[in-house]
This record gives sequence, structure tokens and C-alpha cells, in this order.
Amino acid sequence: MPTPLVVSEVAKSFTMHLRDGIRLPVVSNVAFSVKAGECVVLGGPSGIGKSSLLKMVYGNYAVDSGQILVDHEGRLVDLATADPRTILAVRRATLGYVSQFLRTVPRVAAVDVVAEPLTARGVAAAEAKATAEAMLARLNLPRELWQLPPATFSGGEQQRVNIARGFITDHRILLLDEPTASLDATNRAVVVEMIAEKKAAGVALLGIFHDEDVREKVADRIVDVSAFSPRKSAA
Amino acid sequence: MTDAPLLKVRDISKFYGARIGCQNVSFDLWPGEVLAIVGESGSGKTTLLNCLATRLMPTSGSVEYRMRDGQMRDLSRMSEAERRFLMRTDWGFVHQNPADGLRMAVSAGANVGERLMAVGERHYGNIRETAGNWLGRVEISVDRIDDQPRAFSGGMRQRLQIARNLVTAPRLVFMDEPTGGLDVSVQARLLDLLRGLVQDLGLSAIIVTHDLAVARLLSHRMMVMKDGVVIEQGLTDRVLDDPREAYTQLLVSSILQV
Repeated sequence: MPTPLVVSEVAKSFTMHLRDGIRLPVVSNVAFSVKAGECVVLGGPSGIGKSSLLKMVYGNYAVDSGQILVDHEGRLVDLATADPRTILAVRRATLGYVSQFLRTVPRVAAVDVVAEPLTARGVAAAEAKATAEAMLARLNLPRELWQLPPATFSGGEQQRVNIARGFITDHRILLLDEPTASLDATNRAVVVEMIAEKKAAGVALLGIFHDEDVREKVADRIVDVSAFSPRKSAA
Repeated sequence: MTDAPLLKVRDISKFYGARIGCQNVSFDLWPGEVLAIVGESGSGKTTLLNCLATRLMPTSGSVEYRMRDGQMRDLSRMSEAERRFLMRTDWGFVHQNPADGLRMAVSAGANVGERLMAVGERHYGNIRETAGNWLGRVEISVDRIDDQPRAFSGGMRQRLQIARNLVTAPRLVFMDEPTGGLDVSVQARLLDLLRGLVQDLGLSAIIVTHDLAVARLLSHRMMVMKDGVVIEQGLTDRVLDDPREAYTQLLVSSILQV
């Protein structure tokens, strides 16, 4: 079986046209891979480009050069050059993402937000909903919130909805952007447990964890992003 | 996933005399895909939409559409009768102003039923039942079926227009600022409804909007237009999170945060 995620020679900069076109280099020569059943954690100080790197892998950020190779349904897809339709197919079936903040859709109930990745893949609505409820229960989201749209939830509640949504599928690759940032100790422990289960199921995980305790429990390997940063020599 | 595009657009240009409406626009639209065309007023997005939907004759370029039998047909080579039939059955067109897409002096039920009759449905009871179902789907109470849209609020009219368009199970829907002119709570309801319908029915849609939040919520892919030209396109969240062109960066940075 090929390695689920291989990032090679990736470079990224932002050109700020509204600031006289100045060019901000973010990273260059990024190279690492994530094996099945492994949790790789991106390390380095804030602002070094960790979140940017996750967004590049997910396709939210374009890259200037290099390759992001994903094993998608038995074939290799280069997300750096794939067309939008391919990226969406990869996200639907292979590549999951738990973002730091939930982007809420008006009027959609929390339980449906969580169930959506399953229904998008053709799972029957009732089954998807039952699975979503089980996820929310496990993450201790009060039952009376399940039918409400998450827009008015607290930060920690929204984050749990986000985690449930990201973990509900059996995607082979999962990207985690500080999934435990606003959680209490009990729920942090639940997430650590869920990550361990994903690893046991052979999922390749790539994440950012500022919480040292969580990082120590989940990380198999730390990739230091400052090694790819143009600022490392300036600092 | 189907392996053939529904719509193939090649080098569409429209000039109004010497003035550019839109220029050299090319793209493929795939089944189930929602494309948003964004840009400020006068950027050519509505001109482009009208050229695609055969409401305007492009000056040059071609638009091909895959018919239900799988054949790709060049729209400019179709007879007027064929085009009209396509418009009434396999396509929908949602106007910004519902009065442009509805018949204001006939009942809500008849507005929905009319399109059904265009595809050959003749049984009054069936038509009324289907119309009633569709009113329910767009959250209009069935006891309003005999009222004229004149008696409806703006949001209800827009939902009725959507029901009228979707009742024939079209494969492609064009929308021109579908949420423009509605107040925000009505807009949210309409967006949620559209999102659900597009998902459930597997519709393809092309949505013209100047509202980037609408584009983010509804579309998979996005094209940014300026002065009649597509200056940037790609996956919707890529364009919005990492805009590359100066004009797109300006648009994205101009969004008000709540």
C-alpha cells in the first residue's frame, strides 16, 4: 500500500497586492510524509506556517511549486495541481479536516452538520444521524443542543461539533488544526482516545497541537516547520 | 460521478457595440456542480449568465449542452422551439426579481403547475398535488395554493419562483442574484433551502452573485469577473481563503465581519 500522504518540495508565498505587491514567503522545500496509522505533528512557534501548511494539504491554499501526493482510492493524486472537481472528490472520500473554527450554516442543526459528510457519501439519512448522535454523545455535547444550529454555541461546544464532523467518516487521512484548543480536560481525553482509535484503524493523521500534554500522547513524530521557514535564518 | 460535463463553454464573448459585455470565457460544468460567478456590478456576470442560458446571443464562442440522451448539442445551432423546450423542462432560471420569473396574476399552484403542463402532465389532480408538495418543500403553506403571488412577501415569492423552476426536475438551474433584495433572515432561510435542494436533487447550478458569503455557502467552484473577463477561478474556498489576483484580494478584504 502506498504512503497515504507525501509532501515534497512544496513552496508557498503570499503576494499582497493591497500592500504594494509585497511578497511574503511562507515556506519552501517542505518535505515529509505520513504513513498509515501514524500521527505526525507539525511543530514550531506561532506564525511559522503550520496552519498554512495544513490548508495547502487540504487545498484551501494554493502552492507555488512542489507536490502534495495523496493516495485516493488506489491512485495517486497531486493536490498541488488537481482541478477543483478532483479536490472535492478527494475531500469527500479520502481527506478529512478538523478546522480550528466551525463555519456554521444558518438553520442547520448540529446533528445534521455532523452527519453531513456521511450523507454526502451516500449513507442513508437515518443511519448517518444515528452515528452523528453517538459521536456527539461521546463528546459530551448536551443532548438539548443537538437539534439547534451551532451558531450560538460556545467555543468549546462548536469545536466538539467540528471534531464529531471530522471524525465521523473513515477517511484515510485526517488533518487536525488544534482540535483540543478550547476543550476541558475530560473532552481532551476523549479526543486523545479518538485519535488513538483512528491510528489503530490505519488512518494517517497530520495535526497541530499546542497543548503539550495532548501532543505527547498522540504524536509519533514531530515535523519542525521552522526548518522550512525562510525566517529561520533571520531569527 | 459522471465522466462527461453537462455544459461546455468555449470562448464566449459578447460585445455591445464597442463595449465589452464579457470576453473569452471558457469552462466546463459537471453534473452536480455548483459554480458561482462573482464580481461587482457591471463586471459582466449577468451578461455571461444570459449568454449561457440563451437569453442573449453571444457575439462569438460556443456553448454545448449534454441532452438527456447523452448527446452534446451546440445551443446556437438549436431551433428556437428546441431551446424554448429546454428552458421550460431541463433548465431553470431564477431571476433576482421574482416578478420576472412568475406570472403574478395567476395562482401559486398554477405558477408551479404550468411548467408541469409543459412536460405533458395533463391530469388536474396530479398537477395540483405535485404543486402542493412543492409549495411544502419551499416552506409555503399549502393553504396559500390558490393565492396569487402578488399577495406574497418578497421571500415567499422568491421561494415560489424556485418551486416553479424545480418542479420539472431540471438538471441545470441558472440563478441571477437569487438572494438579492431580501432581508438577512429571509436570505438565510432561502440559502439553506437552496443548499438542501441542490444537494438532494443533485442539481448543477450557475449562480451569479456579488455576495461572497452566498458563493461560499452554495458553490463548489468560483469564477471572479472584472471588466468582462474572468480574472481568477478555482475551488470556492481556495479563491476565498487564498485570493491571488489584486481585485479578488480587494473583494475578499472588503467583506464586513459580523
